[in-house]
Amino acid sequence: MSDTSVVITSTQITELIDLVRRVHGFDFSGYTKASLKRRVVRIMQLKKMEFYDLKHTLVNDQHFFQYFLEEITVNVTEMFRDPSFYKALNLQVMPYLSTYQHAKIWCAGCSTGEEVYSLAILLREAGLSNKSFIYGTDINTEVLREARKGIYSLRSIKSYAENYQFTGLKGSISDNFTILYDAASVHNELKQNTLFSVHNLVSDDVFNEFQLISCRNVFIYFETELQERILELFYKSLCPLGYLCLGSKETIRSDAFKRKFKVINHKENIYQKIGT
Amino acid sequence: MGPDKNLLERWRTTELLLLGGSAGSFKLLFQMVKLLPADLGKTVIIIIHRKRNFFSEIAKLFAENSRMSLREIEDKDVLKKNTIYIAPANYHTLIEKGGYFSLDVSEAVWYSKPSIDVTFESAADAYQNRCMAILLSGANQDGAEGMLKLRKIGAVTIAQHPEDAEMDEMPTAAINNGGARYILRTDEIFKLLHTQ
Repeated sequence: MSDTSVVITSTQITELIDLVRRVHGFDFSGYTKASLKRRVVRIMQLKKMEFYDLKHTLVNDQHFFQYFLEEITVNVTEMFRDPSFYKALNLQVMPYLSTYQHAKIWCAGCSTGEEVYSLAILLREAGLSNKSFIYGTDINTEVLREARKGIYSLRSIKSYAENYQFTGLKGSISDNFTILYDAASVHNELKQNTLFSVHNLVSDDVFNEFQLISCRNVFIYFETELQERILELFYKSLCPLGYLCLGSKETIRSDAFKRKFKVINHKENIYQKIGT
Repeated sequence: MGPDKNLLERWRTTELLLLGGSAGSFKLLFQMVKLLPADLGKTVIIIIHRKRNFFSEIAKLFAENSRMSLREIEDKDVLKKNTIYIAPANYHTLIEKGGYFSLDVSEAVWYSKPSIDVTFESAADAYQNRCMAILLSGANQDGAEGMLKLRKIGAVTIAQHPEDAEMDEMPTAAINNGGARYILRTDEIFKLLHTQ
């Protein structure tokens, strides 16, 4: 399905990273190169652009940069992705969250919001809605706009229903939506305790203290060094004994951080902050 | 075309063996895993299409029957010799220039995640002609583009003979677009993998 005629070299990728940093202030140098390259090739194919056109448009067209950012960052997400993760969260973390007077949750790299609303549903099922708040952040304003709307296609809700079934939660996923023709809108009640805002994991700092941070399928796009920098950011953003959730194939590898986190669930990569 | 002298020589020197398969390839891949010796001296990567949420069952089953060390890939795993890596479900597996994996959850390719094309194309970038790819039975065209890219940079590409493939669309696509340097019968593929 890809077009083999679009070829781009490593030198060109480096050139593009430099250009984006200088012109738009976004630093992609810590991103993994193979996936970055794939995304760039995809944009060139979709827009039928040569490398030169891509650079030229990036410099001269601010709207295009928003599009570029949206395409470069992968925004493929779903509700209750990896249902076993939600099951584990429900059993192993919710009881502890309930002991806090207030639970603040950060969903980092939230894209179009599906994970934030999944967490909101989970909290409601655990009876924690009234004392919890979820912050969804992403570097991309366009996906955040979608997230705030909380409107998803009926077709995708149907596919999320299967995930939901495997989480072991009661009821059905559709209980959380108002359905209008072919779209499903998240109930306001779920939106009330959410806030979506721009945050760049690469360049922005701690902005609050959290009891739970979920950052799934985001680290895969970063080189190890950048992953560690962000782990430090998460560590500083967690309250003592707060929880960190990574994606199912993302583990904490660095020895320094292995000492700072306790593994709560090995398979689902749920960690707890220990030490200081 | 049988395993000619040139192919045998390339097999001996290849560092990375890529195996791609979809519908109808499971049994073959299982037999290959069983057959490969513990001290193969190469890295092996298997990309097999499977249903969503059909998590680690394949890796578990393969691991129990493999003489080589075998694991399902996790993000940033380093490619090691004498190890078989299985691409996880619901992610694309990319190979980085430094010799490690990075995963990717972007759009499916040919309705498939993992996609064979994605891994083969990144292998072409990272390993150039130091790898060999074998494309087996499958009912879609994933892998053909990746084979072409590999062949263009001088890697050895082999398609299972369509007559031997349970589903011939996948190897046929790679033959039709010129991605397959060799077309081998199933027993010839096994003979090649058996060669020390």
